[in-house]
Amino acid sequence: MTKNDALARLLTSMADDALIQGHRNSEWTGLGPIMEEDIAFSSMAQDKIGHAWALYRILQEDLGGQDPDTFAFLRNEKDYRSCHFVELPNGEYDFSLMRHFLFDHAETIRYQQLRNSSFAPLRPLAEKLKGEIKYHTLHANAWITQLCRAGEESYARMQTALNICFPLALGIFEPDNEAGEILTAEGIYPGEAILKEQWLDRVYNLCAAAGLNLPAEDAVTPVYGGRKGYHTEYLQPLLEEMGAVFRMDPQATW
Amino acid sequence: MTQPSLDPRVNRLHLRDSGEPVEVQEGENWNSFEVFHQEKRGAHHEHVGCVHAPNAQLALVFAKEQFARRKKCVNLWVVRSADILAFNAEDEDMFANNAEKTYRDASGFKVMEKINQFKKSTNDKK
Repeated sequence: MTKNDALARLLTSMADDALIQGHRNSEWTGLGPIMEEDIAFSSMAQDKIGHAWALYRILQEDLGGQDPDTFAFLRNEKDYRSCHFVELPNGEYDFSLMRHFLFDHAETIRYQQLRNSSFAPLRPLAEKLKGEIKYHTLHANAWITQLCRAGEESYARMQTALNICFPLALGIFEPDNEAGEILTAEGIYPGEAILKEQWLDRVYNLCAAAGLNLPAEDAVTPVYGGRKGYHTEYLQPLLEEMGAVFRMDPQATW
Repeated sequence: MTQPSLDPRVNRLHLRDSGEPVEVQEGENWNSFEVFHQEKRGAHHEHVGCVHAPNAQLALVFAKEQFARRKKCVNLWVVRSADILAFNAEDEDMFANNAEKTYRDASGFKVMEKINQFKKSTNDKK
């Protein structure tokens, strides 16, 4: 495997996660609990799709990849590298908020590291997305804190959502040893294992402040498979819906 | 039987045909917060609207997307609407004669003359 192949794997995983998470979050548009939250959550969903687009652009311009729209919408399901965590349907708002909280803190850690990447195109991108992701985590923290203090049922639902999300969220850091070794050796980023440790530290402290118990990593089975192209039954229907308009006329200019 | 709305937020209100009053449960009735927008550092914060939120922290989080997602913004303030003290509408008569008190306008001072004089003198020195 060449360095560029390894880079393409990393960027595709990151971009697919952002695209699918963005699409899922956008499904709340018009259905959010209150108008202000509806707007905020939709707006952050758009940000996620923007992050995916920027990464697909790097794949195209620096790594000889396809046109971003074509790559995003016309691949076969097995060629996507998104983790199962982002593919799952929204369920209720507790699950969606907890996923947003865990996912965006993982993004914070990842982009923090990529600001020092030896791969030049990632550095300005990581710098550019810093403020957006900061808002996403501020939003998530404020909600988690508020809902954990909003009575017994509310607290119980947040803890249950955390228990359900945690093994899935570990799937964000699914190891890819072959590419991982090259990327670490080349100074692209420190590797999934280190990102996961930093994420656990960060999330543990925030959960503790909200009174939530973060499950122990060794007490759960991480949900892997997405990075190898094995997906949940929910991805294919999502891809069909997401790409429906694009597939009507892939040559159209927008 | 009420026709259910397509909007879940309306359905959650449990509105009834008969016009019975809606009972507000503890925690359902959020505060409104006034939002002030600052366009650049050092500029005044200007009032731009309001948001509903359960606390000030979430009000700030909501305000960012409601009022600061397009135009330039460097900071926001939020303040609970209930914490603002205002005059009653019927006290508007206190301000009624303002327009007549032109002697309070700064236009009476002949400042421009002095400024022009000063400019001229500094230009002459150059």
